[in-house]
Amino acid sequence: MKAVNVLTPSIDGKGLMMGKKGYTDDLAEKDSLIIKVLRSPYPFARIKKIDVFKALELVGVETIITHHDVPRVPFTRAGQGYPEPSPHDKFVLDEYVRYIGDEVCVVAAISEAICDEAIKLIEVEYEVLKPILDFEEALDNPNIIHPEAKIHEMFPIGFAPKRNLAASYKMEVGDVESTLKKADVVVKDTFYTQAQAHTMLEPHTVNARIDYQNRLIIYSSTQTPFHVRRIISQALGIPLAEIRVIKPRVGGGFGGKQAIHGEMFCALVTYRTGKPSKIVFSRTEVFEATYSRHPMKIEMAIGAMNDGRITAIDCHVLSDTGAYGEHALTVFMVTGSKVLPLYNKVDAVRFSGEVVYTNHTPAGAFRGYGAIQGNFALESIIDILARKLKFDPIKLRELNMMKEKETSPIFAIMGEGTEGTAMTMDTCKLDFCVKRGKELIGWERKYPRYDETPTSIKAVGMAIAMQGSGIPYIDMGAATIKLNDGGFFNLLVGATEIGQGSDTILTQIAAEELEVTVDKVIVYSSDTDLTPFDVGAYASSTTFVSGNAVLDAARKLKQKMVQEAARILECTSKDILYDGENFTNTTNNKLISLVDFANEITYSREQKQLSETGSYVGHKSPPPFMAGFVDLEIDKETFNIKILDYVSVVDCGTTINPKLAQGQVEGAIVQGLGMALWEEVKYSSSGKLISNSLLNYQIPTRLDINNLTTEFAESYEESGPFGAKSVGEVGIDTPPAAVANAVFNAIGIRITSLPITPEKIFRASQERKNTHEQE
Amino acid sequence: MKIKVYINDQWRTFDVEPSEYLLDTLRRYDYLSVRRGCDTTSCGVCTVLLDGKPVPSCSVLAVSVDNKAVTTVEGIKKEAEKISHYFGLEGADQCGFCNPALALTVYAMKQEFDNLSDHEIREYLIGNLCRCSGYIAQEKAVRKYLEDKS
Ligand code: FES
Ligand code: FES
Repeated sequence: MKAVNVLTPSIDGKGLMMGKKGYTDDLAEKDSLIIKVLRSPYPFARIKKIDVFKALELVGVETIITHHDVPRVPFTRAGQGYPEPSPHDKFVLDEYVRYIGDEVCVVAAISEAICDEAIKLIEVEYEVLKPILDFEEALDNPNIIHPEAKIHEMFPIGFAPKRNLAASYKMEVGDVESTLKKADVVVKDTFYTQAQAHTMLEPHTVNARIDYQNRLIIYSSTQTPFHVRRIISQALGIPLAEIRVIKPRVGGGFGGKQAIHGEMFCALVTYRTGKPSKIVFSRTEVFEATYSRHPMKIEMAIGAMNDGRITAIDCHVLSDTGAYGEHALTVFMVTGSKVLPLYNKVDAVRFSGEVVYTNHTPAGAFRGYGAIQGNFALESIIDILARKLKFDPIKLRELNMMKEKETSPIFAIMGEGTEGTAMTMDTCKLDFCVKRGKELIGWERKYPRYDETPTSIKAVGMAIAMQGSGIPYIDMGAATIKLNDGGFFNLLVGATEIGQGSDTILTQIAAEELEVTVDKVIVYSSDTDLTPFDVGAYASSTTFVSGNAVLDAARKLKQKMVQEAARILECTSKDILYDGENFTNTTNNKLISLVDFANEITYSREQKQLSETGSYVGHKSPPPFMAGFVDLEIDKETFNIKILDYVSVVDCGTTINPKLAQGQVEGAIVQGLGMALWEEVKYSSSGKLISNSLLNYQIPTRLDINNLTTEFAESYEESGPFGAKSVGEVGIDTPPAAVANAVFNAIGIRITSLPITPEKIFRASQERKNTHEQE
Repeated sequence: MKIKVYINDQWRTFDVEPSEYLLDTLRRYDYLSVRRGCDTTSCGVCTVLLDGKPVPSCSVLAVSVDNKAVTTVEGIKKEAEKISHYFGLEGADQCGFCNPALALTVYAMKQEFDNLSDHEIREYLIGNLCRCSGYIAQEKAVRKYLEDKS
């Protein structure tokens, strides 16, 4: 291969390192109105009166928009395809505010200082309501967070707002109760996972202007430009054709920019005033008023026979969606659908649960959504079970885990909103991943613990995981490729580069199929006027779905080029040999170079534009798989945990760009370690976010990560472009369980709630001491 | 008020408010490689060199750099290109939002020290957060750049 699976530096790395402008705020009009949002100081309240008169008098204030000034159309900011699997339970602005940070009104003025002053002059009278701040008390609580009329589900998702229920679901294969009864060993436990904040370094940023064709042009640091266009049109009643959404360079997303945040306000201000506007979220706003990961309570029960065969898994989830139900159902479904099939040989499996509203900052999409929570619970309980069975935890996994050519009934039953799609695993190198990971970490020597000193102890732990490659029959991507004079190509893709390298790998895929070098393909992505459609960067869809679309377009274009070359060289297409540089008529060895061909087709004789569009929607979602192994050291007195190494062995099919794939895995591993050990979204007892700055919310630093070892299994997925599956999310799933298992292997203490902090280990060790003493 | 700054090897005059931070001045004057990522001086994406030393421009008052030398990544073009070369080889590029600031800090470190251990490098760079890369690929690239004596 020329372009795929070979070392290819990011096509944009240099320009970005050199500081070239390209991020959303770099592209704002100089005379933009500044937009600021007055946010609720209460977790739950009704706005009785809002007086903006004094603020409007302030020189420099352009407009103030309250809930009286916007259409009352319920929608969802989730940023999903249509019809969305999230309830339409949000209004652009509403008389109710449902969390501290919720939007009360929007101010636009000529400077930030004037915005701030104006906000101080706005008088709001609130009727303060009793909030629900504990998600275990939300269901059927007499306080109802969404009492309003008009909100609705787009199709059945178990939505029951009067019960504070955003979504619910239940499925069962076989008979779980009776299978558990018949099992030799049953273990049960309850796991808690915390909210995690995306903390992409570029805050949410949007700007807008009206162009000379009187259209609304929005630049947004979004993962889903096409959904943004549609949702703005629906919520604000602006005709779709009048809106253009451009996604410039994005400074990280991780799911946090799948949703609509500042776009609505910028669109509103610019559409109404005719003036350019911009909004840049402060870091506090990013924490308080965008999204974080859904906290969950997961009850697991698992049954096995003495020979190690796992016979039943029962999983019940309670998920906290916060004030709005964005991604309520979908995240929760993944907790079952991309976790439970890992152990596919069971006789019975059940998954059920509720997603409830609370008066917390809403939860939304975040890399590995649902899967990381479920994986922590399942892969912890597998180790607990192994101990009870007196089985080696890796052997137990090897005996029961998914293998190539196998399937799970769950694939057909559970989708993300609708039914799922049956599929068998055409590639699953999990067995290799486990074996190789064991070698790399030195499992034989180190398991369960090693190098004990009076003050510290080292240990290893592991977990396995799977993810998906887009959502079958829902996620669609498209690409257009055109040939230019001079013999180079433009690749126009709807796919959304957000830092994951999609522009580079899609270029590689096009170059490979067109048999040219990467520099001959110029990519342009995500502009609703210029590029074909793509759902956007989420659900690990880009490599597989958008990649297949690019491949389709390239194939068609190559065919067309060969046809035209045959005409020029006076033979049939079958006689043409194309090698990326020349077209050769094999019957007489006459040839025309690609450059001459392109010039001729552009300028002389039968001139025409050669261009093709391809699109792709998956009929399955081949899961990437991985095994993750942690090597850590615990201080016996402080219970501080130091990560010595994290080994990942991943099966994501062909790596289109091996180094960038490694970057996806390693970046995700470190975010997963953050979730496992350090990161926690925390509220005060009155519902105020405590972790609202980078001082109070700590993402991993350089000193936290000593080493990462990442390898890929040899694997070729027939349905993927050049054998590739997606790789954006799978890396984040294993660290929580691997770390919990390693902590147990080190000191015999099982932590079942994230993050695994020294305080929790200390408390557990005290409790253990106390029970020992009582015995 | 007016300040005179020697920026990227050239004297320039900036009109600033007394309470304005250097970050806002620079962005206003189109030095867009300098960015804001936080409100608490915690992320490092606003780093510039002030008389050769890395500082977070979000916490430096613009008036305080009057008559001083400020360098943004555009001022170390050649070195940034080298750093970028090694980033490319290691696959250390992701969203790029943190990169210009990191390049400046790495360059300053190379100017100041020789033979740093991995731990010392990490300590020097700790103020430059990155949420995308997982750090290790970046550090491999940095190490290669430090070893490059060309
Ligand atoms: S903007 Fe974050 S440190 Fe300056
Ligand atoms: S590359 Fe995105 S923050 Fe560093």
